[in-house]
Amino acid sequence: MRGLVAIFDKELADYLISWRGIILFAVALLVTVVAIYGPAGALVNIREQLGEPTQFGQTQFVFLNLFTTSGEGSYAFLFFITMFIVPIVGIVLGFDAINREKNSGTLSRLLSQPIYRDTVFNGKFLAGIVTMAIMLTSVVLLVAGLGMRSIGVPPSSEEALRLFLFLALTTLYGSFWLGLSMLFSVLFERVATSAMASIAIWIFFLLYTLTGFIPNAVANMRVPLSDTPATQELIRYATVQIAATRVSPIYLFQEAMYVLLAPGTRTATEYLQIYASGAEWQPGPLPLSQTMITIWPHLVTFVAIAAVFFGVSYYRFTREEIRST
Amino acid sequence: MFIVETKDLTKKYGRITAVDGLNLRIEEGDIFGFLGPNGAGKTTTILMLLGLTEPTSGSAYVAGHNATREPLEVKSITGYIPEKVGFYEDLTAAQNLVYTARLNGLSDGLANKRAAEALDIVGLPRAAERNVSEFSRGMKQRLAVADILIKQPKIAIMDEPTSGIDPEGIVQVLDLIAKIAKETNMTIVMSSHQLYQVQRICNRVGILMDGRLVAEGLLEELSREAMGGVQFRIEIKLTEITQAIVEAIKQISGVLSVEQSPSGLTINCSEDLRPQIAKKIVDTGGLMVEMKIQSYALEDIYLKYFREG
Repeated sequence: MRGLVAIFDKELADYLISWRGIILFAVALLVTVVAIYGPAGALVNIREQLGEPTQFGQTQFVFLNLFTTSGEGSYAFLFFITMFIVPIVGIVLGFDAINREKNSGTLSRLLSQPIYRDTVFNGKFLAGIVTMAIMLTSVVLLVAGLGMRSIGVPPSSEEALRLFLFLALTTLYGSFWLGLSMLFSVLFERVATSAMASIAIWIFFLLYTLTGFIPNAVANMRVPLSDTPATQELIRYATVQIAATRVSPIYLFQEAMYVLLAPGTRTATEYLQIYASGAEWQPGPLPLSQTMITIWPHLVTFVAIAAVFFGVSYYRFTREEIRST
Repeated sequence: MFIVETKDLTKKYGRITAVDGLNLRIEEGDIFGFLGPNGAGKTTTILMLLGLTEPTSGSAYVAGHNATREPLEVKSITGYIPEKVGFYEDLTAAQNLVYTARLNGLSDGLANKRAAEALDIVGLPRAAERNVSEFSRGMKQRLAVADILIKQPKIAIMDEPTSGIDPEGIVQVLDLIAKIAKETNMTIVMSSHQLYQVQRICNRVGILMDGRLVAEGLLEELSREAMGGVQFRIEIKLTEITQAIVEAIKQISGVLSVEQSPSGLTINCSEDLRPQIAKKIVDTGGLMVEMKIQSYALEDIYLKYFREG
């Protein structure tokens, strides 16, 4: 990979030193602090939980509650990260990666150097991932540090491991958005168009996830409910609804991360199975290995979608005519 | 061996043929002027030489490497200045050059050294630490020349290197190119639709029209061939034109034809015959008011091809 290091170095410096990078960091930190230290923040809830009796060993994951619990009038950190921060950061880092260089006439010069075209793409992509990793790590460490001071409970080794996995997987999730916006920067000539296209997709899935309007409509169409639906009917309805909701990458990732950070929760499918079996038990926390098995399909789906983005970008970019006008 | 050779190079965009069976040969050490009006296919040809676009059929070779199949080999020995050359505006001139050097696999130390040298050669040593956003168009063009010097290529391909800069800047850039060609023995291919610029520095020209090469060769050869040996046109004004004067001028060796018009005479000749003509007129008793000489510039050849289309 000739020239990869040179491109990576330059792009990383661009991201970290430019106004774009500084603003992104500032926004991410601000949102984090608001999420944790909001007026009626999560900390109050967690402190209350500390006093409650232990049930199914829940308290052993108290520290992770910092990331999954929401306070009154604010959202949980995990919700913020998956819904807003990571998609926005991914889009902002990638939406003009290729077409800006095309418009400013630097791409012609760049591609007349003895490097492969995909090296340009890979170098930019890697720099974006590293920028996101740095950013997410600092945000998570900040929350962990502030949280530790406030609740006075250090993370157990398993919690630390889960947090590390969370960081790695969130970076993967971010690279999905980065890959999407970079694909648009290859497909569209104008920077404004690629930015709008990426943002449109994000807002679409944001509303798709938040309102649940489309999944409900799909479920109503596939399994029309009678006035007094039988249990079996309801389960079929819910199955379709869950499948439709998972079309949204935001929901898909969020679900996986709740299972990872709140070991007492399950995926929607499993809750449905518990309900269907008629059992009256509350699920206890899962060991890490079982958590990973549970969320494995989610992660594979992400890698697959990202691979498709990459494939299309490569195909278009390596065959394109590079004219400097 | 030819450093640039194309074999029936063709590029079609849908129904439009931009380059049509081009067979171009450029020898090592040439300063080749690639002439043609806008839309003649100059840029498309250059893009194919660099592997930046694929030919529809035919092939292009640079120093024996197929530009489509071995683009990296071609790019490592070729410097390219695109028509609208751009630099990273938020980086300094030196940083831009060092980036290019690193992409060419140069070590950091060597990259810095070469960047400083290149900026010296193009006359921008004091601008090294300034952001490119502060540069004028002419300075950017000179920086582009430095950008190709840094990789020390065998051949430099420049697409309209003088477009969009002021007359003084044009002269600077052209002289710079000529100086580099002379000092480094680099082959230079320069495309332009401005004739006098090509004339100023090039020794060979190719004229491209609608994707075809209509003329190619040494500058003098070409004009001789195209204009049937006519090199100079001398226009004279006399107080009175007599047949004796016309006959006398016709007899001077080297005069090819004499045309008579109400205002004076137009003489086509193969060399500069002003002294002889003046003497003949005085000897024949004529009174000359004015004498103008015009050398047949490439422009006439160019326009001739233009009209014949």
